[in-house]
Amino acid sequence: MENLNGYLIVSAILFSIGTIGVLTRKNAIVMFMCIELMLNAVNLTFVALSRHMGNLDGQVFVFFVMTVAAAEAAVGLALMIAFYNNKETIDVSEVNSMKW
Amino acid sequence: METLFFLIVTLVAVVSSIMVITCKNPINSALSLILTFFCLATYYVMLDAPFLAAVQVMVYAGAIMVLIVFTIMLLNIRVDATKKHAHMIFFGCIIGFATLINTAFIVFKSRVATPTGPYDVSTIKSIGHTELIGREMFTTFLLPFEITSILLLVAIVGAVIIAKKKI
Repeated sequence: MENLNGYLIVSAILFSIGTIGVLTRKNAIVMFMCIELMLNAVNLTFVALSRHMGNLDGQVFVFFVMTVAAAEAAVGLALMIAFYNNKETIDVSEVNSMKW
Repeated sequence: METLFFLIVTLVAVVSSIMVITCKNPINSALSLILTFFCLATYYVMLDAPFLAAVQVMVYAGAIMVLIVFTIMLLNIRVDATKKHAHMIFFGCIIGFATLINTAFIVFKSRVATPTGPYDVSTIKSIGHTELIGREMFTTFLLPFEITSILLLVAIVGAVIIAKKKI
């Protein structure tokens, strides 16, 4: 497949945008969405390389990544609700009880 | 023609993912992220993986994003009032661009191995993508599949316990 590099570059761009979002935003839910974006970029790499190699293992791995993302979404959003009940905000710079 | 379509989808995906990290209102970020997920589903269709595209739309754009939007509305978060620090954005952009340069270097400098597997496009089209994925998942990857179900069970119980007011 001749367009493999295109897909890999798109995946790299999306991953970098997700990294910038995680490092610069302070809203916990937006950071969470950026992590989902990074997971999706990796999924695109899996599918492109699996299609190139003629091997379906990568596409099965995408399912496992999706499952882990769903579990992460459930637990992470429950954590945010618990945090909001304590502090009335979801700004991550407020989570400083263990800061020295 | 396919290259032009690829470029258009890439443009939409990159612009919407930049909107995810720049929008002030979290609900706008969530809607942009749904658009990005639809672009990724389009890529999967272009890569001859239609079943994955359907799962992407149902699980990510459907289930996970509904969960996120629901949480945003439950917590009643308005426009992001948190103050931003310039040095944080500066270092974040530096690390992000370093990641981009690093991955682009890896992509352009490395050679991908020649195709070795048995599933080329004609095989996938004649047998069917869903059937091939199901065969792989329930034979070769049966043990990881079962472990995944335990992971989901643990996540459900954990989410219920964490979100409770009083344990």
